[in-house]
Amino acid sequence: MIPEIGQFALILAALLMMVQGTLPLMGAAKGISAWMVLSRRTAQGAFFFMALAMGCLIYSFIVNDFSVLNVASNSNTKLPLVYRIAASWGSHEGSIMIWVFMLGLWSCAVSIFSKHLPEEMVARVLGVMGLVGTGLLLFLLLTSNPFERIFPVPAEGRDLNPLLQDPGMVLHPPMLYMGYVGFSVAFAFAVSALLGGRLDATWARWSRPWTTLAWCFLTLGILIGSWWAYYELGWGGWWFWDPVENASLMPWLVGTALMHSLAVTEKRGTFKVWTVLLAICTFSLSLLGTFLVRSGVLTSVHAFATDPRRGMFILVLLGLVIGGSLLLFAFRAPKVGTGGTFKIVSRESALLANNLLLTVACGTVLLGTLYPLFLDALKLGKISVGPPYFEAVFVPLMVPTVFLMGVGAVARWKEAALPDLWARLRWALAVTLIVAIALPFILGRTSPMSVALLALGFALALWIITSAATGFLDRIKYVEGSFAAKLARQPRSYWGMFAAHLGVAVFIIGVTVVKGFEAERDVRMTPGDSVSVGGYSFRFEGTTDREGPNYMASRGTFELSKDDKAIRKLYPEKRKYFQFGMPMTEAAIDSGVFGDRYVSMGEPINDGKQSWSIRVYHKPFVTWIWAGCILMTLGGLLALSDRRYRVNMRRDVGLEKA
Amino acid sequence: MSAGQETLQKTAVTPAGGLKPRHKRLLWIIFGLVFIAAIVALILNAFGSSITYFYSPTEVVQDKVPHGRAFRIGGMVEGGSLVRDANGLTVHFRVTDTAKAVPVVYTGILPDLFSENKGVVAQGKLDEHGVFQATQVLAKHDENYVAPEAAAAMDAAHKARVAETVKE
Repeated sequence: MIPEIGQFALILAALLMMVQGTLPLMGAAKGISAWMVLSRRTAQGAFFFMALAMGCLIYSFIVNDFSVLNVASNSNTKLPLVYRIAASWGSHEGSIMIWVFMLGLWSCAVSIFSKHLPEEMVARVLGVMGLVGTGLLLFLLLTSNPFERIFPVPAEGRDLNPLLQDPGMVLHPPMLYMGYVGFSVAFAFAVSALLGGRLDATWARWSRPWTTLAWCFLTLGILIGSWWAYYELGWGGWWFWDPVENASLMPWLVGTALMHSLAVTEKRGTFKVWTVLLAICTFSLSLLGTFLVRSGVLTSVHAFATDPRRGMFILVLLGLVIGGSLLLFAFRAPKVGTGGTFKIVSRESALLANNLLLTVACGTVLLGTLYPLFLDALKLGKISVGPPYFEAVFVPLMVPTVFLMGVGAVARWKEAALPDLWARLRWALAVTLIVAIALPFILGRTSPMSVALLALGFALALWIITSAATGFLDRIKYVEGSFAAKLARQPRSYWGMFAAHLGVAVFIIGVTVVKGFEAERDVRMTPGDSVSVGGYSFRFEGTTDREGPNYMASRGTFELSKDDKAIRKLYPEKRKYFQFGMPMTEAAIDSGVFGDRYVSMGEPINDGKQSWSIRVYHKPFVTWIWAGCILMTLGGLLALSDRRYRVNMRRDVGLEKA
Repeated sequence: MSAGQETLQKTAVTPAGGLKPRHKRLLWIIFGLVFIAAIVALILNAFGSSITYFYSPTEVVQDKVPHGRAFRIGGMVEGGSLVRDANGLTVHFRVTDTAKAVPVVYTGILPDLFSENKGVVAQGKLDEHGVFQATQVLAKHDENYVAPEAAAAMDAAHKARVAETVKE
């Protein structure tokens, strides 16, 4: 009964989204306000039914309703409750479902927080989102119905893939999808600006918070995914340049460019065409990400579900959304105009250059990800493009980006003077260079290659910190009052930028130190053996058997010590899940601010002495990578809470009424 | 990309500095071309050194593979071929596409899903004795899922065999 209610709710949501995607758009074009006002109600109604359907799906998972195919193939009575809930979005059907659910959520949010917007704009924005939602809902209903029943009803489900039975998996997809789908708001704003021809600073101020919020979710989603891969896959890596990771990185790169470009459009009324194009690209890449991951075209962890029919459907949808919006862009963009002017040396220039660099970086990732697919599709041979490619193009592109990031935050709008910039930034530059070159030697590195790479990493991080500090001192120089008062005077959007940029610095420090100082050893250990790595010693004390809810585990006991002082015990596991029969490595990590000690178990060795193959790592500063991402997210949230958005919104309403 | 240039050009049209707009635009175009050339050089250089080609065991046996350069092979781990060194982490096994098999040596910890009669992809170099020295072994993530490369190798071998039967 419940699955049928879910099914009907989905159909009703699809019908409402169809109305949301047509009448308000036509109403806006013809000036029929009765049609335009439909947009809010239909968006809220569609969200209500989407939420109902989502609830029904989760309920089916909670009560183990194995008459639903989706539940039977992805859940099990022995699966813990939290993973049964997470299993609702662990499958292909469920993940598309949560995608559309989130689109409903974002449209509903737009319909509520848009009281100050002109009716025409709301109608267009929600209309565009309705069209996208209709496409995805049809995809869901026609090719991947999450409520499909099976008969006879199996007594037991197949269980969720063990890799996904993890707290990271409960959070990673919703966060990532909130980001992906959130960019649909920026996309809808861009398309409605093209349709209506209204593209000014006010427009930018409206779409900015939405874009920033989506970006925050995406950052967090990528962070959780990376962290999950780090501790769950047992390989100790935090980024593999796997096509699926790239699929999430691409919208992030272009989304970052979009966020900054929107700032310029709002403050200086320029970059308009570019901003619109970036908004279209960001959402297109989000859709492409969904397609790459969900169509099964990739050799990857995520290609659990493979069905070419679905791939075709998404491809057509992708073609319609990207092709349609780019066509509209080609026709309407010239009408938008360019806005204010600026000199070559100015904050605008730095931001524009960084926009280009981020876009090019995204392009190179796209090329590396899709090139093997094209070759394969054209039967020109099978190749794989590995991490060396991405590292070789990414690092050289990020060096100027980070340099300009420092300059841009300090440079003046419109026109900055080089001598003035030099005078303000020379101390920052001096400190950066001296410390960055000295640091690798202080840390005991002498080989030229290693010193060069470390110095480069440190220089980039220090440059961000010192230039941000310079900018900060400049800002408070002419503010009256005590130091605390000076700080309090700075708007939150400034603190947001400050925190986010520092986040990048923290991230770079993490990457640099991990790359430069990580140590790894694969060894064979018999109980009683010790192995040392990075100054820490791991003593293997043996294994015991342990039974989990839906698996059997061999649990190893290791004593971690440094300088003969015991620190703590670590318990990595090798699990065997009942339903899958596949082994799973569960690493044990001693995590700290200055580094992680990581141990994972390979396999038992039949030598009669209960030996195992064991992998141990020392990962200095690896947590800084994630701390950096969290700082970036916090920066985004701070900027979002700036009172300017609220105050100006009220003023806009006042203007419109007057 | 094109819109980026468009923006560049539009900003360049604005009269500024001591340069004439026409000269300024030329300067931007040259700058743009240099930038694009640099990016292309960067990509080609990176591609040249880091693309790994994929071959099936049959192609390895027929010596169609590069020497002294890393590549990937894929197929199934032949049943009964897995041997572990008595003391150490080195394993020996054979990768087969059901037609031909290639001996592989790997030192290190194998992925969770590595086992006999299951799909596998290995990356490494062929040594002078015809043994594939693997630096990396990848196995699938789900017991029902076979890596496309491994599936393709077995499929090709199957087709070749059918073709041969028809000829006979």
